[in-house]
Amino acid sequence: MKRELPLFLTAVIGLFMLLSFFVPHHLASVPANYLQQCAVIVVAFGYVLGGANALRVNLEGVAKRQLDWPYKLVLVVALVATVVVGLVDGRRWQDAGTTSMFLYNQLYSPMQATMFALLAFFIASAAFRAFRVRTVEAGLLAAAALIVMLGRVPVGDAITGWLPEPVRMSALQEWIMNVPQNAAKRAILMGAAMGVMATGLRVILGIERSYLGGTD
Amino acid sequence: MSLTALERLDRRWIFLAVGLLVLGPLLRPLGLPLGTSAPVRQFHDTIAGIPDGSLVLVSCDFDPGGKPELVPMTKTALRQLWEKRCRLVITCLWVGGPGLVGETLESVADEFRAKGRPLEYGKDYVYLGFKAGYEAVMVLMGKGIAGAYPQDQRGNLVSTLPLMRNVRDYSSFVLLVSISAGYPGTKEWVQQVNLRFGLPMVSGCTAVSAPEYYPYLQSGQLSGLLGGMAGAAEYEKIRGEKGTATQGMDAQSLAHAFIALCIVAGNLVQWRKRRAAQS
Repeated sequence: MKRELPLFLTAVIGLFMLLSFFVPHHLASVPANYLQQCAVIVVAFGYVLGGANALRVNLEGVAKRQLDWPYKLVLVVALVATVVVGLVDGRRWQDAGTTSMFLYNQLYSPMQATMFALLAFFIASAAFRAFRVRTVEAGLLAAAALIVMLGRVPVGDAITGWLPEPVRMSALQEWIMNVPQNAAKRAILMGAAMGVMATGLRVILGIERSYLGGTD
Repeated sequence: MSLTALERLDRRWIFLAVGLLVLGPLLRPLGLPLGTSAPVRQFHDTIAGIPDGSLVLVSCDFDPGGKPELVPMTKTALRQLWEKRCRLVITCLWVGGPGLVGETLESVADEFRAKGRPLEYGKDYVYLGFKAGYEAVMVLMGKGIAGAYPQDQRGNLVSTLPLMRNVRDYSSFVLLVSISAGYPGTKEWVQQVNLRFGLPMVSGCTAVSAPEYYPYLQSGQLSGLLGGMAGAAEYEKIRGEKGTATQGMDAQSLAHAFIALCIVAGNLVQWRKRRAAQS
């Protein structure tokens, strides 16, 4: 029963949700709405579970003095402090001037921006050390990358401004984005959509059981 | 600099060069000429084409990581919409985003207030805030906005707000403006809302996710697309604004040119090493 019941529920609810998409009758749409509201609540609980899990894993790391345990300690302290500050601020925690918003604006926001800003430095270093053209395919990739990278910004047209408009960097990058890139992306999207449909069917029919945990 | 010296180049020199190339133009702009691309013109023209005073849904699905690229385009889009006296319902599906989105919204609203156009919360715009649930929230909103968001970001009952009395579901809106940094974002709005509920939409997104949305643009599911800071700068140019995206374009230009140079130089070094090994 431990495995059969979840499989049964998945199959029934999955088929019902599929049906509700095609049947606009209230007998199908009202329970479907209710189930969607349940999904929103379950996702919200996922955040609580995620927070609790992060706390458990990192506390364990600190207790066992695992590698880089001081960073884990910083994470735990930051997590607990943010929750406590949020609880103290109460329902208006997102109003201007609250401690929560101070933490958000002065710590969370600049730290996240810093993480992304660092990418520019590492991309430049990686471009120098790792972007190797050893085959024709890699050569094509490098040429496309250079054209798109330069064509997306004003410097591209500044370099090729003397050329006729259709062969300037911006025009070439637009062609790459609209034709070869689009064709490849479309194929990937269609393939992924087929894969999602196949996986969905496998889950509904009980063939795919990995989400239940275990190996079978 | 010889190729041998390049081969032994300490990567901290590369970091220094990137830092200077980004910082320099921010302090002293070069004023490189900026063109406008078709997807950006389509974005602008789509908003320009909706009737004045329309109800528009704006979904700001980003967090501070996307701030330099997405906040400038959000501000420009809000300005264009409010100049047309559109009434806006704003949502955010990213857990780290509500504070930033609220701040962005109020800063543009304050600009209008300073110009003598008092935008009233609840009447001219409503900020519904964050809701967990990703695509489930999108689908739920299609069955009724108040059902998905019983309260707004400020804790008001949505049903008590004058603007929301005219809002039932997606059929109440003429356009969806999706400003997206990834998942959930534009792709999910296209798949769950644009097709299913027939709501026309435009998108502004980070540069890295723009290629993913080009098929939707070509198929007409997206009526316009702003890709990254370049898209935001082009949009500012069309609107005659000089915002932070325009200011950042010189820095981005030089950084891109330097990365291109790094790719070429790195391959020259490798090519020389291979030749030396063969001979």
